[in-house]
Amino acid sequence: MKELVYPFNGIDIMRRCKKLRKELLSDGSVRMKKKIAVLGGSTIGHIVSALELFLLNNGIEPEFYQSEYNKFYEDAVFGSDGLDSFAPDIIYIHTTSRNLKYLPDRPDISEEEVQQRLNDEISFFRSIWTALEKKFSCPIIQNNFELPLFRQTGNYDCWGLSGQSAYINRMNLLFAEEAVRNNDLFINDINYLSAAIGLEKWHDPEAWYMYKYAMSTSVIPDLAYSAASIIKALFGRNKKVISLDLDNTLWGGIISEDGIGEIELGTETAVGMSFSEFQSFLKVYKQYGALLTVCSKNDEENALAGLRHPDSLLSPEDFVLIKANWENKDMNISDTANELGLLTDSFVFVDDNPAECAIVEEQLPETAVIHLKSTAQTMYEMSRSGFFEVTSVSGEDIRRSEMYSANVKRKAQQKSFTDYSEYLRSLDMKAIIGDFQPILLSRIAQLTNKSNQFNLTTKRYSEAEIKELSCDPGYIRLCGRLSDKFGDNGIVSVVIGRIEQEILHIDLWLMSCRVLKRDMEFAMLDELVRICREKGIRKLMGYYYKTPKNNMVAELYARFGFALISTTENDDSVWELYTDKYTNKNNVIKVN
Amino acid sequence: MNRSEAIKRLNAVFCDVFDDDSIKIADTTSAADIDDWDSLEHINLISAAEDEFGMRFKMKEVSGMKNVGEMLDLICERGN
Repeated sequence: MKELVYPFNGIDIMRRCKKLRKELLSDGSVRMKKKIAVLGGSTIGHIVSALELFLLNNGIEPEFYQSEYNKFYEDAVFGSDGLDSFAPDIIYIHTTSRNLKYLPDRPDISEEEVQQRLNDEISFFRSIWTALEKKFSCPIIQNNFELPLFRQTGNYDCWGLSGQSAYINRMNLLFAEEAVRNNDLFINDINYLSAAIGLEKWHDPEAWYMYKYAMSTSVIPDLAYSAASIIKALFGRNKKVISLDLDNTLWGGIISEDGIGEIELGTETAVGMSFSEFQSFLKVYKQYGALLTVCSKNDEENALAGLRHPDSLLSPEDFVLIKANWENKDMNISDTANELGLLTDSFVFVDDNPAECAIVEEQLPETAVIHLKSTAQTMYEMSRSGFFEVTSVSGEDIRRSEMYSANVKRKAQQKSFTDYSEYLRSLDMKAIIGDFQPILLSRIAQLTNKSNQFNLTTKRYSEAEIKELSCDPGYIRLCGRLSDKFGDNGIVSVVIGRIEQEILHIDLWLMSCRVLKRDMEFAMLDELVRICREKGIRKLMGYYYKTPKNNMVAELYARFGFALISTTENDDSVWELYTDKYTNKNNVIKVN
Repeated sequence: MNRSEAIKRLNAVFCDVFDDDSIKIADTTSAADIDDWDSLEHINLISAAEDEFGMRFKMKEVSGMKNVGEMLDLICERGN
């Protein structure tokens, strides 16, 4: 729903909240259900209403637990029956500067005392996080603190020992340090948000006096959008691709008309600078794992010439695919998605031409479209959109673009073989398949939350759950890494089996779509059966739970040689395989 | 502001906030007449009305408002 994507009209969203909710819930889309506990240090009613809308719009149907007014500490540390039985998948702690207990309160305060106060303050919050982690092992989202609107001492407030702004800035730094150390803690940066919106607009003391809202009701949608961005990122609903137009999007001018010498890029002109800065802005997304592609009405020759312009910071090699042709852009985006093994709902399309934007919006409503009016505005829109919200950085993220580019090269090689297995052998594939290693836990959790298509049960795990499971003898865990002569694909497959005497229930079987049709699933199964035999497990039970996205594996267990035991009305199915009947299936990948 | 125009626009605010197009407000309409009109929706209603008429209610007014008629009086006096 376009009105729920940044830039949105927050006041209108709150006014039509009930109607929007009804529309979203009846739009026929299937959403993952998640339990979200919101623990507030001020009133949270409208925050939850807005949060619900933004999550519904991102494929998540939330169920909420709300703490009683200002009972965030009690609920967390002493527990409450309501929260305990709710068993949240995620916890959002909505506190603000109104909840700071030890703010400096006199001019002659010493550095030692300020330190002590900061220490007491952070210990208070740490005790909340620790108690929640111990009980629920789930991600915790925590607001940091907004700066005050009023400063009795003027500029002194930001540097004097007794300054409130100074204290808040130090607290924010302490929160950031905690989040770096604690993989399950995520900061909702209301310090940035209130500054971006403006403290004058953010603060509304009367809303506090009357309703105990810690900010103006008009900015509640902004706050909720920011928290929703983190939540949806944790559940694997980020965008993956930025598909870019070229003329007047990555450079000024039209290359086929103006010629390579006349397009504007670089530091010579203001317009050139704006496009250079936009290119370097985009490059950062690539560094964090977003894929860049070109989607331009141009001859390919001109497109490549533009990207090889001496002042172009982005070169053809930065793009995993370049579609420069005269096809309709929605077709090009669909083709790009197919070739990369991704879905069009993970694309963001950027174009300066409103007509092109309208066509893509019309044909691919699930694709996010940004109409570039100025590069500065687009940069702000993209950074506020939450499309690529980062919650952790794994080696996989950093190398992702490289890996997809290697895949495009593999495709080219495939064309020179008529026999597919000959092609597979030519890739010289090597796999390392083994138990979860501590260093891989975050990537494994990330995969369980991101994989939708090649995923038999779509069971999601938090990093804490994976960690717990990784030392439980009641499970068999496998993760597989695949490399070949074009490069390393990283960890691409995860299997989790639960042992019940002589039976192994396969709770999770997933694989990254990057390595489809490479027989990696066979290599994983061979290894799983080998370990089962070693442990005296006689039977594997496989489960397929149908979702709108995982149709490609509906018959996976059949291909594996499992026997079908039962099917339900909604096409879920249960399968079994006896380990003594199994013969190895992989003969193209060298394992371990 | 003219009262008949104000009542028309305020009625639209009510319809949106309570997601009920059949609402017809009158001077005597109060929280007792609309099922969903609880304290949470009251805040929403005040904010939406303030935005619609480009004005702010004073704190005393918010807590003292007994029915739609009183809200309209304030809107006619200060709204745009």
